[in-house]
Amino acid sequence: MNRFAELLDRLAYEPGRNNKLRLITGYFRKVGDPDRGYALAALTGALSFKHAKPALIRDLIAARTDEVLFGLSYDYVGDLSETVALMWPKAALAGHNNPPPPSLSEVVTTLRTLGKTELPKQLERWLDELDETGRWALLKLVTGALRIGISARLAKTAAAALGDKDPHEVELIWPGLAPPYLDLFAWLEGRAEKPVNRDPAPFRPVMLAHAIEETDFAALDPADYIAEWKWDGIRVQAVAGRDDRGHITARLYSRTGEDITGSFPDLVPSLRLPGAIDGELLILREGRVQSFNVLQQRLNRKIVSPKLIKEFPIHLRAYDLLGDDENDVRELPFAERRERLEIFIGKLGDPRIDLSPTVPFTSWEALAVARADPASAGAGEDADAVEGVMLKRRDAAYLPGRPKGQWWKWKRDPHIIDAVLMYAQRGHGKRSSYYSDYTFGVWTAGDGGDELVPVGKAYFGFTDEELLQIDRFVRRNTTEKFGPVRHVVHEPDQGLVLEVAFEGLQRSPRHKSGVAMRFPRISRLRWDKPPKEADRLETLERMLKAEAVEA
Amino acid sequence: MTTMRPQDILLPVASGLCCKPGGFHIDPVRPVERAVITHGHSDHARAGHGAVLATQETLDMMRLRYGENFAGSTQAIRYGEEIRLGDVRVKFHPAGHVLGSAQIAVTCKDTCIVASGDYKDAPDPTCTPFELVPCDVFITEATFGLPVFRHGDASDEVKKLLASVALFPERAHLVGAYSLGKAQRVIALLRQAGYDAPIYLHGAMEKITEYYQSRGIALGELRPVKGVKKAALSGTITLAPPSATSDLWTRRFPDPVTAFASGWMRVRARARQRGVELPLVISDHADWDGLTATIGATGAGEIWVTHGQEDALVHWCRSNGLRAQPLDLVGYGDEEESETPLQDEAEA
Repeated sequence: MNRFAELLDRLAYEPGRNNKLRLITGYFRKVGDPDRGYALAALTGALSFKHAKPALIRDLIAARTDEVLFGLSYDYVGDLSETVALMWPKAALAGHNNPPPPSLSEVVTTLRTLGKTELPKQLERWLDELDETGRWALLKLVTGALRIGISARLAKTAAAALGDKDPHEVELIWPGLAPPYLDLFAWLEGRAEKPVNRDPAPFRPVMLAHAIEETDFAALDPADYIAEWKWDGIRVQAVAGRDDRGHITARLYSRTGEDITGSFPDLVPSLRLPGAIDGELLILREGRVQSFNVLQQRLNRKIVSPKLIKEFPIHLRAYDLLGDDENDVRELPFAERRERLEIFIGKLGDPRIDLSPTVPFTSWEALAVARADPASAGAGEDADAVEGVMLKRRDAAYLPGRPKGQWWKWKRDPHIIDAVLMYAQRGHGKRSSYYSDYTFGVWTAGDGGDELVPVGKAYFGFTDEELLQIDRFVRRNTTEKFGPVRHVVHEPDQGLVLEVAFEGLQRSPRHKSGVAMRFPRISRLRWDKPPKEADRLETLERMLKAEAVEA
Repeated sequence: MTTMRPQDILLPVASGLCCKPGGFHIDPVRPVERAVITHGHSDHARAGHGAVLATQETLDMMRLRYGENFAGSTQAIRYGEEIRLGDVRVKFHPAGHVLGSAQIAVTCKDTCIVASGDYKDAPDPTCTPFELVPCDVFITEATFGLPVFRHGDASDEVKKLLASVALFPERAHLVGAYSLGKAQRVIALLRQAGYDAPIYLHGAMEKITEYYQSRGIALGELRPVKGVKKAALSGTITLAPPSATSDLWTRRFPDPVTAFASGWMRVRARARQRGVELPLVISDHADWDGLTATIGATGAGEIWVTHGQEDALVHWCRSNGLRAQPLDLVGYGDEEESETPLQDEAEA
């Protein structure tokens, strides 16, 4: 447990992805089975046991410490698990040899079988045996609050690195594996064959597109490509397969391989035919695609109520076929997969699943016209849910990752406004010496005339050179400092105008301005523009109304 | 013989702790005629007093920081030495906080008050260990006066640093540490752990570190980081004042790992707030267990608690049958948060 705790402790502070990977891989190398397997399970969210309630932890500490001292400490630290971990007074075991601290395996396997009434005593024993960091990790683990900024994908990538394997290979066999993953580690260390995925509905690593630039077109022949609309929904993989007894298992995966079937039970009955579809999750009302804002109402819900299902009817728009019945068709050229997909969708004949239409074109100019006006180019009433077009090479196999030159995305121009830099905050990790997080605002009528109201925050989109320029500007034009935040001058004639690009707008009671941007980023620095000429809140409100009409 | 009330001997006033019968102030925060100073940190040792009584090391450090004319006159006193000031006797005892740090025992008639300044009861290769002084009134700091602060063994934290250097050999490790005391202790601990490569120093640390070496404290090979090429700093350790580790200055290092050696690093939020990637719990102040153990061991029936988390410590004293009160002294605090680099070196 102590080594796992050390790992968690270090990960909690490490901002860099590659460094996190090295820390985790280093742990897998040093720590043996089955501990490292349970660690992998903890990091990928694959552990299941009844979590302890915070009230139980409070009771344990109350029995051991002074109430006032606990209160003052909790106030100072601000986190229950951490406060308890730090101030836990070990029971004095005079004349005893201290028992060794529990291993992670011991903790996990015990928790799985432990009755509810035995939990407090057991926790108390462990808290006595562990050190501060160990107690912290234990409490985070048992309360189910292991939030340390590690995705399941990252943990699997770290495991793959142990055996110099492609993370996609681990991803492919993952659904068939279970903690403590002895077979996986044996393979990664070259001691055994690769485990076979017996999962009837496994995830397949997705293929991604590059953003196309103006300059790319010259080298591309329109005849080599098929175009389709890029829908503003959620990329998913819908997989169905037969198990040993011939029953159909259906699963829905996010683009990172997370099983999200539970959030969309209404789609499962439609996945009757064995196969694997790559497509976009959308909300359709009376046959019309709704905006992303509408789709968002169905995301990240703990409980999927019948009301929610009825109000937000889910739909799958298919654009690729990776598995056709029992056959893996990923090696086939896209044109051939597309033909198979059309047949597959036809055979399925389900109102919840349809085909994403192709966009016919003969020249890049013609496609540019279609992209600018999807409504007249076949998207009809769904044009507002079109984000742009996708270009896929006719002869491209379905390859995991982002292979060069196979798939391109050509987005419609994003929404753009000119906003004024108001506050800047230091970044993290490599950027900790730079002011790289920016809060920007637009003008609105206030009590004493026009004033700036913050409308969003962005921390990317600029080049390294631009970052240096903004950083310099922030340092020279700070009006006030609050901890890591600097107030930057923002007067009508003094300040920096940022051109901010974003994908959409939403009403938001949490923001003073009443609007929230989706995916905002700095697209240009407008050194040339005085702040007074930046946009007004009314402009955003107009955009918002336009979006609301679509929704 | 009459027994004096303790507050007739020492009384907190705006300029610090005032000893009327002795005619002096302890660690005054404003210029006074006669100052008795516990140790060299800038919040305790200020310039501009008429006469200063302190250990030789503390006087030397004040000279380094403020220049030759930091006081009208100075008098050095050794640990264990007792002198008479007015109606009181003053005796210095090691506080174990930094080089030259002292507790000051003030005795008037038969009442003894110990003003301990900042102290720690943990081992430190760079200064004389803390000495327990039996007394009637013990004045204690409370910087880490909450039971969540338990500092553990500093050498384990240094092992953590060395493990990180081994794991990331192409990155530079930047250790934020207060330049008086903490930095030299970290260096000495690194040497104790067997690390014998050159250790690099931020310019603001050079003078004071050289001073430590001149007092016979072995710190191995030290190099100024100024002028060293970026690539040459891969795999190295550099000590810098905490404020420098999140500033422009860090851009000269290859992909630096930011560490911070401080008792505050016990609490995650504090570490995260500062953007620290490798918190090292190394403190020059007593932790909760150290404070409570020391208070008990002095045998004092009355405890005065200054700068820090007074509430919790006063509560603990009272729960343990001791008379206790917070002393509302202002101007002391966390040297790590308020570090001012030594003269002429702010730009280094």
